[in-house]
Amino acid sequence: MTQLALVIDLNVCVGCHACVTSCKQWNTSGESGYLSDDRPYDKDPTGVFFNRVQTFEVGSFPQTETVHFPKSCLHCEDPPCVPVCPTGASYKRPQDGIVLVDYDKCIGCKYCAWACPYGAREIDEHQQVMKKCTLCVDRIDDPCLPEAERQPACVMACPTNARLFGDIHDSESVVSKAIRESAGYTLMPEWGTQPANHYLPRNKTELRLRHDELERADNPLKVDGQQPKPLTEDSSLGDVTSW
Amino acid sequence: MNPAYSVVFFTVCCGLAQGLFLAIFAVDMLTRLSFIEMQSPQFFVWGHSITLIFLAVGLLSSFLHLGHPERAWRAVMMWKTSWLSREVIVLPLFMLIVFAYGCSYWLGSTLSLWLGVLGLFLCLALFVCTAMIYMCLKFLQEWATTLTLINFVVLGCASGLGWAATLATAEDLTIATPLILWAMICTVLGLLVRVIMLLRNAQLKPRSSLQTAIGIKHPHIVQKAQGFMGGSFNTREFFHGRSLQTLLRIKWFFLFLTFILPVMFMVIAFCNSHATVTMLLACALQFIGLIAERWYFFAQANHPQNLYYSSIS
Amino acid sequence: MCACRCGIRVHIKKGEVRYIEGNPEHPLNKGVICAKGASGIMKQYSPARLTQPLRRKANAERGLGEFETISWDEAFSIMESRLLHIRETDPKRFAMFTGRDQMQALTGLFARQFGTPNYAAHGGFCSVNMAAGMIYTVGGSFWEFGGPDLDRAKLFVMIGTAEDHHSNPLKIAISKLKRRGGRFISINPVRTGYSAIADEWVPIRPGTDGALLLALTHEILNLGLYDREFLVRYTNAGYLIDTDPHSPNFGATVRLKSSASSRADEQSENQLWWDRISGRAVLNHTLGAAPALLGEYQVYGIPVKPAFQLLLDRVQEYTPEWASKITGIPVSTIRRLAKEIGVTARDQRIELPIAWTDSWGKEHDSVTGNPVAFHAMRGLAAHSNGFQTVRALAVLMSALGTIDRPGGFRHKAPFPQPIPPLAKPPKGPEAVKAMTPLAGLPLGWPGGPDDLFVDANGEAVRIDKAFSWEYPLAVHGMMQNVITNAWRGDPYPIDTLLIFMANMAWNSTMNTVEVRKMLNDRDEQGDYKIPFLIVCDAFQSEMTAFADLVLPDTTYLERHDVMSMLDRPISEFDGPADSVRIPVLPPKGDCRPFQEVLIELAGRLQLPAFMNEHGQRKFRDYPDFVTRYETEPGSGIGFLAGWRGADGEKTMVGEPNPEQWAMYEKNNCVFHHPLPMSMQYMRNWNKGYQDWAVDNRIRRHADPIVIQIYSEVLQKFRMAAQGRGGSLRQPPDYLRQRIDTYFDPLPFYYVPLEVQLTDTDAYPLAAITQRPMAMYHSWDSQNAWLRQIHTHNYLFVNSQTAKSIGITDDDWVWVESMHGRVRCMCRLSEAVEPGTVWTWNAIGKSQGAWHLAPDANESQRGFLLNHVISDELMTHEGRRISNSDPITGQAGWYDVRVRILKTVADEPLKTSPQFDAVPAAPGTNAVRRLWQAFVAGEGDFK
Repeated sequence: MTQLALVIDLNVCVGCHACVTSCKQWNTSGESGYLSDDRPYDKDPTGVFFNRVQTFEVGSFPQTETVHFPKSCLHCEDPPCVPVCPTGASYKRPQDGIVLVDYDKCIGCKYCAWACPYGAREIDEHQQVMKKCTLCVDRIDDPCLPEAERQPACVMACPTNARLFGDIHDSESVVSKAIRESAGYTLMPEWGTQPANHYLPRNKTELRLRHDELERADNPLKVDGQQPKPLTEDSSLGDVTSW
Repeated sequence: MNPAYSVVFFTVCCGLAQGLFLAIFAVDMLTRLSFIEMQSPQFFVWGHSITLIFLAVGLLSSFLHLGHPERAWRAVMMWKTSWLSREVIVLPLFMLIVFAYGCSYWLGSTLSLWLGVLGLFLCLALFVCTAMIYMCLKFLQEWATTLTLINFVVLGCASGLGWAATLATAEDLTIATPLILWAMICTVLGLLVRVIMLLRNAQLKPRSSLQTAIGIKHPHIVQKAQGFMGGSFNTREFFHGRSLQTLLRIKWFFLFLTFILPVMFMVIAFCNSHATVTMLLACALQFIGLIAERWYFFAQANHPQNLYYSSIS
Repeated sequence: MCACRCGIRVHIKKGEVRYIEGNPEHPLNKGVICAKGASGIMKQYSPARLTQPLRRKANAERGLGEFETISWDEAFSIMESRLLHIRETDPKRFAMFTGRDQMQALTGLFARQFGTPNYAAHGGFCSVNMAAGMIYTVGGSFWEFGGPDLDRAKLFVMIGTAEDHHSNPLKIAISKLKRRGGRFISINPVRTGYSAIADEWVPIRPGTDGALLLALTHEILNLGLYDREFLVRYTNAGYLIDTDPHSPNFGATVRLKSSASSRADEQSENQLWWDRISGRAVLNHTLGAAPALLGEYQVYGIPVKPAFQLLLDRVQEYTPEWASKITGIPVSTIRRLAKEIGVTARDQRIELPIAWTDSWGKEHDSVTGNPVAFHAMRGLAAHSNGFQTVRALAVLMSALGTIDRPGGFRHKAPFPQPIPPLAKPPKGPEAVKAMTPLAGLPLGWPGGPDDLFVDANGEAVRIDKAFSWEYPLAVHGMMQNVITNAWRGDPYPIDTLLIFMANMAWNSTMNTVEVRKMLNDRDEQGDYKIPFLIVCDAFQSEMTAFADLVLPDTTYLERHDVMSMLDRPISEFDGPADSVRIPVLPPKGDCRPFQEVLIELAGRLQLPAFMNEHGQRKFRDYPDFVTRYETEPGSGIGFLAGWRGADGEKTMVGEPNPEQWAMYEKNNCVFHHPLPMSMQYMRNWNKGYQDWAVDNRIRRHADPIVIQIYSEVLQKFRMAAQGRGGSLRQPPDYLRQRIDTYFDPLPFYYVPLEVQLTDTDAYPLAAITQRPMAMYHSWDSQNAWLRQIHTHNYLFVNSQTAKSIGITDDDWVWVESMHGRVRCMCRLSEAVEPGTVWTWNAIGKSQGAWHLAPDANESQRGFLLNHVISDELMTHEGRRISNSDPITGQAGWYDVRVRILKTVADEPLKTSPQFDAVPAAPGTNAVRRLWQAFVAGEGDFK
């Protein structure tokens, strides 16, 4: 069975929010739209977004890491939000494992949002239905789009290519390889939700300098006579002892 | 969680109605089994009517929680998996049976016994459904305990018995005093359950942490930005936004109003005849207390999603 | 949209923008897009859009934003009569300054044709130190002119980089580097954005980068980790310098006497080497010579040293111990960094089998590279010691042998250019004549005191005093001085100031409170001190409120645009590129592209370059101008390099092609011309490339561009200040000391001017700003999506520092400098150096500006750090000087020192200062106050 998912590489995410707004612009006019904005030009503007980038500081100065952390629906393999839905509006698409909401069936009871430990769902106060990341089903299902563009908008946008998209059940897919080779992990594994989306950890490249690598015979200072050998007339052991 | 008043009101009203039904059914049974003398039919009629009124008010209130109440009928579809769906099925059935039970009693139908027994099952099922809605959310550790069910049942019974006792005192029935006693016992039991719950919740160790939430192992992680600054559904739905002090105040408020004051009034009523007003006062105070209790029940639930929404900048 | 100018594809649904995505065929962004680009819809439909020309209501004060709408005819006739009068009398009384560096080819042409020298873009307060420091050293610079080759670098050192600088291309490149396993070190006071994913973050105190770079150079030179071969052949490290303090040429390069060169001596490459084999001085690059880099010699009877020896002497005092005290970086870290950099450069050398020939005729079978790449931007530049700091960086990069080589720094066409580039400012006031184009370019690259734009007394001719003795190498002008100088009438009053797309009444100015007063100040007669103010912008900013005449510009989706090589190029390392924008929407309301306004005005004013031989208007509109304009009649050089020639068969140079726009459109709007591999590297000295560049008119001469380890241009200014050098123009006496000190031909470190003049015990903290990646300057608070991400801003304070002051998260504090103070909220952070506080730039807004509600978070909780930064400083002697680099005039934004005080209990919980709310300008859209939902094609947002 196919399970489509995003793999988010925290190793290269610079926190630019491109995925956030490209998602918003695609989806507000898309099949999962609209995505309303309240008080857009007033105090405390707020709106519906399927994807957010958060920032965390790890450690204390000067050993600080600043971590940018994109977060959207994780499309759990065992999604707690689906069985609780009383109407069946919330469902996991059998063919590819995408967790979706049928707006026509949703009664806006918010129970699915309560049942999601990740806070991945948002109600649209004006349409009064629960909304969430759809992995841009209206892109990936659209036969009119060129094949290369049948990807979620956030993946297309990401300048650092920190968002990989594919089938995590296909062991040869780019996402499976990334999870396998770069120690991909899931969020809050303690609840057994088996999120399909994975995150790749920070990966540090260090340079280990060996002391004996520092000096080289062809040091350019020698050319200019700055690392002279001792003069022949300087004293040596042979001058002072006969052993 | 940010308590939704519609749901708070719903659970309190339904619980009360269920308790009242149980009290009336118990009196009916005891009468049938001749443990007690026959009571006036008004007691039952009033009892059933009040039960139905509370159930209806509760149901109406729950509709206010929905974004699309006109589609509420759809909520029966997923009874195989969803406790909410099951509740949506059981509640109207229960209402129907309570109505039929009342009517049959009124008409003196022999069916009333069986309707009562059916009502009993539906009533208990409704308790289970309502409680399971909260208990099944395993990561809401404050809720995911049998204590939630016990609490719902005991407090439902306590408040229902209070109303039954009030009715009985108003009708000046002989079962008034034992009903007051049972209301008192249930209220004290309720206090015990609630205090155990509070103690349990105070000692809960959240299984999720910032470390598991973002998958980084380090003792010192602080959120700097959640990606927006003017709030979102995540900050509105899952945070009550009240200070710890307010929470503490509400806790003591509900402990006094739900348990201590009503018990005091019940003691007074127990010791005096014609204590309808005292009992009514006890019930009214307890009702307010229960609203606060249920508010606190929601507010105290700490959703793991809140880990992602702890700071803006 | 933004200065990076990525290629986009815009999808339209029933006349509304459906979706904006990156153009996968565009060499710059290769299909990706940033948060701003992806929010273009909300920019397009922003309620702050200006749609009508506006005239300030009679009797309404400037700054109140009281306007009436007028027609374009009226607007043009107002401008025409005013500007014609100025042009007929004294053209320099018209000043034109633009926030857009990327449109200088046209704006600069207009100013020059008008005859005013008072023109510049915003480089003076942005990053001119970076451009000048690098171009005067290696002939190219970061961002548009060159950058780090992260496809091949093994170590990438990023120092002082704002997060919007070369946004998408740098993001793409850093990601590739990290995925390849390259090492990434970020040196920055703050760890955000790109620094977040660095393998190592080295926190540094602001303004001390020069000390670090010199200490690194100290280590690398003393350990012998420099690329000697590269220094010898491609830099002036081996050139001999006169070291006799009594000589009239003390400090100058010693040149071959009796040179037979046809061009002026100092222009020709006749400097001397010391040949270690023959033991005598020889002409540089003499075949078979083995030049000394170190030592002390005698030539023509005078003591001389190779420039490299002087550099080594210079850095001896710059030990890691010395730098550690200044920068706050541990000594061991500095030493380790130096070794990492030096050893990687030396031991991980890349060799590509690409044969090429150098300028001196030597054939090489391969291109080699030392894979250490650097990138730097405003963090280095926006200090009053920035020029010398950038010089230090460029010298370090050169010593490591990383210029235009694989894995190091690489140029982008049309760079490299000669040091200095050919363009020169006029030489004196006689260049400004009524009804005559300016004799010279308003902006250029002085090669010495004789190229300064000063009068006989040595005083400035330009209103911003660029190219005067105060700021001789102000190659991008000094926009930050314009309003203050015009208000004061120093050096002279002006009549009309035209500001395009620059928020000079808010975040683009220092000393904001006072500048707002100056804009509104009157003389004894009751006339405005700056008599007429024209502002052109697409949005209602803080600045538009002060205008007498507001010209509504279009957005980037509504006009033809060119990303031209005559301008800030968008070229790639592998060859030249340019691109166009084709409009996808009609202009909103009555707005008009500024380019069209200039073409129309130029026609009405009959500026010569815009007239045909019959004295009639030559260009129909801007697209027509782009197609047919040639830099000189018949030059074949125009704004666009692709599809030139009558049939579009020529590239770079060729006669105008009437179908050029259509050909660009057919080719994804991009022209990219990758050069043969043999021309992609070593372009300062690559004969094949140089010949190609001359053939294609990218350069005039094919001379090698020798890296200036020892800057001969700076030395000329110093000699003038010291009274040496014979015929050179001399600085006024009060500036001699200043020139002598700062025009050091070798990089050196000094404490920034403002810090020198600050009591750092009273004001111990450096205060800086960072650019959020999801906002473009002040322009995106009107964007309903982006403003949700950055709705207001906090002051970030290191946790330990905060503890010592007694403040914690969400406390309201006063930030005080010696110039002013702001009240704001603070947040504790572990990702900032303890001596530094910082905030996001330009999130704070004035009430009502950008069509936000008066109680919007931006004005009530957002704040502008500019209020504590001054454009001028008072010396200890009581003389007023500009708060800018004494060499280039770059504004010293990041030099301010502050202290933090907790507010007292009864103070209002909002930021201070506050300004009166400005009403919505006529013609702007009504705001959807409660809520909105954009759905393309519904017709709600047209």
